[in-house]
Amino acid sequence: MTTEALSASSSRLLEGPHGAKPKKLTISRIGVYAFLVLAALFFLMPLWVMVVTSLKGMPEIQMRNLFAWPSELTFEPWIKAWDTACTGRDCNGLKPGFWNSVKITAVGTVFSIVIAAMNGYALSFWRYKGANILFGLLLFGAFVPYQVVIYPLILAFRQVGLFGTFPAIIIVHTIFGMPILTLLFRNFFVSLPPELFKAARVDGAGFWQIFFQIMLPMSVPIAIVAVILQVTGIWNDFLFGTVFAGRENMPMTVQLNNIVQTTTGVREYNVHMAATILTAAVPLAVYFISGKWFVRGIAAGAVKG
Amino acid sequence: MTEVASANPTASIQADGRAKRGRLRLSTVMSVVGTTPMIVTAIGVFVICIIYSFLLSFTNSKLFPAFDFIGTDQYARLWATPRWLVSANNLWIFGLLSIGANMVVGYLLAVFMDQRIRQEDLFRSIFLYPFAMSLVITGLVWRWILDPNYGLQATVQGWGFTDFQFAPLVDSNTAIYGLVVAGIWNGVGVTMAIMLAGLRGVDGEIWKAAKIDGIPTWKTYLQIVLPMMRGAILTAFILQCVGVVRVFDLVVAMTQGGPGIATQMPAIFVIQHITDRANVGLGMAAATMMLLPVVVLLSLQQFIQWRANKKRMNAL
Amino acid sequence: MQHSVSIRDLSLNFGNVKVLQHLDLDIAQGEFIVLLGPSGCGKSTLLNCIAGLLDVSEGQIFIGGKNVTWEEPKDRGIGMVFQSYALYPQMTVERNLSFGLRVAGMKKDEIDKRVQRASEILQIGPLLQRKPVELSGGQRQRVAIGRALVRDVDVFLFDEPLSNLDAKLRSDLRVEIKRLHQRLKNTMIYVTHDQIEALTLADRIAIMKNGVIQQLSDPHTIYNKPVNLYVAGFIGSPSMNFLQGQLHGGAQPTFVADDGTSITTGKYDFAVAPAGVTKAVLGVRPEHIVIGEAARSMPFSAEVEIEIVEPMGSDTLAWTKIAGHQVTFRADSDVHLEVGQKLLVGFDPARGSIFNSETTNRL
Repeated sequence: MTTEALSASSSRLLEGPHGAKPKKLTISRIGVYAFLVLAALFFLMPLWVMVVTSLKGMPEIQMRNLFAWPSELTFEPWIKAWDTACTGRDCNGLKPGFWNSVKITAVGTVFSIVIAAMNGYALSFWRYKGANILFGLLLFGAFVPYQVVIYPLILAFRQVGLFGTFPAIIIVHTIFGMPILTLLFRNFFVSLPPELFKAARVDGAGFWQIFFQIMLPMSVPIAIVAVILQVTGIWNDFLFGTVFAGRENMPMTVQLNNIVQTTTGVREYNVHMAATILTAAVPLAVYFISGKWFVRGIAAGAVKG
Repeated sequence: MTEVASANPTASIQADGRAKRGRLRLSTVMSVVGTTPMIVTAIGVFVICIIYSFLLSFTNSKLFPAFDFIGTDQYARLWATPRWLVSANNLWIFGLLSIGANMVVGYLLAVFMDQRIRQEDLFRSIFLYPFAMSLVITGLVWRWILDPNYGLQATVQGWGFTDFQFAPLVDSNTAIYGLVVAGIWNGVGVTMAIMLAGLRGVDGEIWKAAKIDGIPTWKTYLQIVLPMMRGAILTAFILQCVGVVRVFDLVVAMTQGGPGIATQMPAIFVIQHITDRANVGLGMAAATMMLLPVVVLLSLQQFIQWRANKKRMNAL
Repeated sequence: MQHSVSIRDLSLNFGNVKVLQHLDLDIAQGEFIVLLGPSGCGKSTLLNCIAGLLDVSEGQIFIGGKNVTWEEPKDRGIGMVFQSYALYPQMTVERNLSFGLRVAGMKKDEIDKRVQRASEILQIGPLLQRKPVELSGGQRQRVAIGRALVRDVDVFLFDEPLSNLDAKLRSDLRVEIKRLHQRLKNTMIYVTHDQIEALTLADRIAIMKNGVIQQLSDPHTIYNKPVNLYVAGFIGSPSMNFLQGQLHGGAQPTFVADDGTSITTGKYDFAVAPAGVTKAVLGVRPEHIVIGEAARSMPFSAEVEIEIVEPMGSDTLAWTKIAGHQVTFRADSDVHLEVGQKLLVGFDPARGSIFNSETTNRL
């Protein structure tokens, strides 16, 4: 409040409190921040530990100072994790796993999203008899423990000679990404004004034309959410990579675990942590770049049942 | 949030009309063609594969599927196998503790985040980033932190608290709690995000009404807002349940089921029996048991929704 | 003199945005005040400030003679009814009514007595054990009013309470609120954007725009003697016709429209006797324009051609041009009007309003 305004108005005011209530820094306010900061420290602690451990030499690690910043910085563990760390007899580091994961994630994401978009479109505008039952089954699939269907899938892939190959892991990711992604696209298309579809029909557009020329260009926002969901999901997958990918296409997470669990001599914690950060780098980058979209993706992923 | 948006009415009318006329239109054919992957997945994977697994659980399959039915022998054997009993028991302990802690801490965090704090986005990012990472990574990091010789315990002891004991993973009685801590670290952010969205979804005038009624803030959160968030709570809960039943990567990375078989989980049990242990029949019996709680939960949820709908219909 | 509610030099800023600017408002005991304006004019904000749900930036608020500027909402002696009803969905109607009293630690029999009285007044007795989802919109709003009633306060605040209801229910509940006010004789402050609600309910209406009260008067004055162009255009449906022109002062002031049409102002009651030539706007309400023989006796009349006819049931709205400006007028629905038809229309400028074009204020 400026003094000018005060003097101009004060003549009309009576005795007693006026203006804004004086703000007090209350105990509860301090408590709120104290709680949040403590919680934040708990959540950040492992990240900190990962980083500092990966920058220490083994002698310093054995000094039992988990949280301390390294007295002598070394990037040796990072190089070793990427290039020469051993899984069993192979000593090529994480690098092959990284490129495998890149391939699987890129192809798997595109495949699963295109198929899911088509499903969502057909389920919203061209529902044939029984389509809703199929959709219900698909939603049920979102909750089924993978272990229940893995074995028959293994058998099926063996039958056609695809077990342990690149196509197998792509198909598996497409199958298990389908329930959520289809739901995502279906809910998006259903929320569009139905007049849009009717207008296109009146203009004489058919099934594929409406999909490619009207609906697909409109679904960019939801496609972004889907990409975030799939990139992080496929990259972070461990189970399917172990079972279906085979040695040639082993994704990064599986290789990371193998490196860490390979016990020959001293456990190189610094290398392990460097490898862990390297593996986490891609989804973390996606998370920090996408920001609010990621949260939206989770919320969308949570819209089940 | 839990309700799937209602279907486009015009489209369904058209679809029905077409079906009744019994004439197969080109567009219907195209729709079926376009959704072939979905048809194959829904029926091939989520029906046939499940039935196949279910059938195998009544057979004596070892390394390969064999259809010599032996009734419920595999189930009897399963419930006499210590490794499975430990797994099932662990699932309960892990599930109850981690879901309980997750919901309580998630709601608390959401409430604190709702206090018009500064830097809300920063806090949200911090609480949520673990979820972006693989559970394998979560497991490995926490394994290192909980390392008895060089980790947290050793460090705190090094600060002079020589009595400090915190290395749950090495003791078969406490290893499961280590898993719970790591699981909460990974997943509580999501619960918080869902709950916060639920809190923000509450009509602002409810808060005004409560203020005029003179109801203290904590009481408003507990007695008015919390019951209004049924949707968000249910969503978070189901998400947690699905995660718990599936828990695999975390255990493999953190304890590999050990020490001994102390942290065995059903998901690992099944994978082990269809691969290394070559006992498919037993593995499939275990898999069927895993499906059971999911089916029960889903039916329960459907029932609750059905009842709520009916109540609403009655009121109108 | 003690006012029921007094607002002195009230301002509210959100950062640099001035939402309310130096408002003064005195409300008498038992008065029904309606705050009326388009969305974003600050009317709901003002109500929230009175309720204590928003902290004011400057100024004071008195309720029942007590300075409540810094008081908590519950201690201000107010009850409030919201647009979305804001009933606690998990509680029965009875608990909704009593929850605040219970939290305040009131004795059980006193609570029962108050709930009993409120449910009698509002006739919601049979609904007491139901939950809000099991009530219709009108019933919910009645419960919401009940929640304000049990607080046994002198001042009721209504924040667009009828906006979520359909037209039929809205007019029913409007009458009921009026009846309630006549029975309880509480001070009521009522926010709405619906001018019919304002005109029918209010003892006085405060018309707001951009955080400033434009005019505070009884409905009759607001309708017939709007203080400026804004109020004149806002109130009335269909809205007032405006003719642009100049006002020539003198013993008998004359309004000269843009196209040269001269209209003597006759018995028009000028606030200040005009002198010289002023750019001005002459406003005439559609229902003050008469046709046929009646027009002949009016101080101003002219022959016009009808351009559009809109039958409204109770009457008919016709569009035409007077002095080069688009004008609408109401005619009895029995009168047959046709497009292209020429007829004589007339009005008495004394019943109209003349505004200064520059200041937009009434002359």
